[in-house]
Amino acid sequence: MKPATPRETLITTIARLLGGVHHVAVGASSPIPAAGAMLLRAMKEAAGAPRVRISILGSVKHNFFTNGSVELFDCAGQGRIDAFFLSGGQIDGQGNVNLVGVGDYPQTKVRWPGSFGAAYLYFVVPRVILFREDHTPRIFVDKVDFVSAPGTSPEGVYRSGGPHALLTGLGLFDFDASRPGFRLRSIHPGHDLAEITDATGFAFAHDAAPAATPPPDAATLALLRGRVLDELSETYPDFAAQLQRETSEDA
Amino acid sequence: MPATTDIPSLARLIEPGMQIALPVDYAGVSMAMTHALIARGAGDLDLVCVPTGGLQADMLIGAGLVRSVETSAMTLGEAGGAPCFNRAVRDGSIILRDSTCPAIHAGLTAAQKGAPFSAMRGLIGTDVLRHRPDWCVIDNPFGPGGDPVVLVPAIQPDVAIFHAAMADRAGNVWIGRRRELATMAYAARRTIVTAERVIDGDLFETEIMAAGTLPALYVDAIGIAPKGAWPYGLWGEYPADTGELLRYAGSAKTDAGFAAYLAETGAAAP
Repeated sequence: MKPATPRETLITTIARLLGGVHHVAVGASSPIPAAGAMLLRAMKEAAGAPRVRISILGSVKHNFFTNGSVELFDCAGQGRIDAFFLSGGQIDGQGNVNLVGVGDYPQTKVRWPGSFGAAYLYFVVPRVILFREDHTPRIFVDKVDFVSAPGTSPEGVYRSGGPHALLTGLGLFDFDASRPGFRLRSIHPGHDLAEITDATGFAFAHDAAPAATPPPDAATLALLRGRVLDELSETYPDFAAQLQRETSEDA
Repeated sequence: MPATTDIPSLARLIEPGMQIALPVDYAGVSMAMTHALIARGAGDLDLVCVPTGGLQADMLIGAGLVRSVETSAMTLGEAGGAPCFNRAVRDGSIILRDSTCPAIHAGLTAAQKGAPFSAMRGLIGTDVLRHRPDWCVIDNPFGPGGDPVVLVPAIQPDVAIFHAAMADRAGNVWIGRRRELATMAYAARRTIVTAERVIDGDLFETEIMAAGTLPALYVDAIGIAPKGAWPYGLWGEYPADTGELLRYAGSAKTDAGFAAYLAETGAAAP
């Protein structure tokens, strides 16, 4: 079997971050988080563990909502969703997320799509995983230009959720709401601390010699390359085909 | 409920300055109405995207018909950003009411109930809230003190426009589990629907179909438009045409490219 690709390590890391959740939701245009959630479900089933529910927006087969697009938010507001993923055009060291644009609002120099459900879900989903595959100082800034969703809230503001971890193409960080700030947990294979420091516009805590992100074991890789790719291809056919090509034995 | 109406006549129901609710790209966008609305030319529209906007809103903006957009996001999905919207933001030519998905639903739900506002969690400390002077924050009146909550006013659009798989001759429309379409219709003063087909049977005949049916009570006019969501897909009917969305995204990068795309696709429209 070919060794794990960087994306397979990301997908496996997401499944690990989701350990213990009962219901995970994945937003639109998020193939890697969707694959991570599907991998978790497959691993739990293989281990005979209690079922994990997943709700993939944009999927017909892996989405059991029947009350339209509001159901995700109603569900989350009641605490029925344990984990969700957010990305950001900018993410800063305090865990603030900007999905709107660069420069002064409203006439931003660069305009991104908008805040979607972030201004709500970040408050009410206990385990929000920040995921952005690209890792550059333009994305990971000291301070966001627009707060679509704040990393922490003052005491007295209802807040049952918030950032749990930040996963990028270079490494995995934990979020500490008490500082607030990020701490580097592990570095993905092929990268090093200097590279991450250079690519990050905010200061973060880390060990002198941070751990390496563990790649998937053979059983996990087999699930990922089999069942998970099949399931993923319904919503993300192009992405699934690309992953397949990367790991095909005759490539 | 009258018999079905031709698409250009449906577009003539839209008057300048109206507030128009449009659904998210996967829920049943009446793309068939887009060219007709542009030909009709009623401008100064206030769009409410439920809860995000895409190709249809972008084309109406590109055609210069839009005064303001209330939305939680504007995107062509895998085809990237919405080019005419992005240009309008840069030029400052439209008023932005950036929102978040559940706040749009909350506003519509308030209108559905005839209530003046809805209360919701989240939002405190965001720049979304800071830029919405029409929203307000109060302390939870039922709590022991403190506990700020956001109030969003009812959104009662003048017209909701969407596309569905089928209607019956009595004007009932089958929306399946796309319940946001019902919310739009409950909230709006008038609702215009285009449908793939009109069936001879009665959608209330069986409980199975009735459960997914929007009663004619909430539907003011229906037009027949086969493949009326194209290039978007329609649940249970056909997938999105991503190639066409990408072609639009490429063409509409400039005003001239957008005009050329409009001329070419408009010539083929009803």
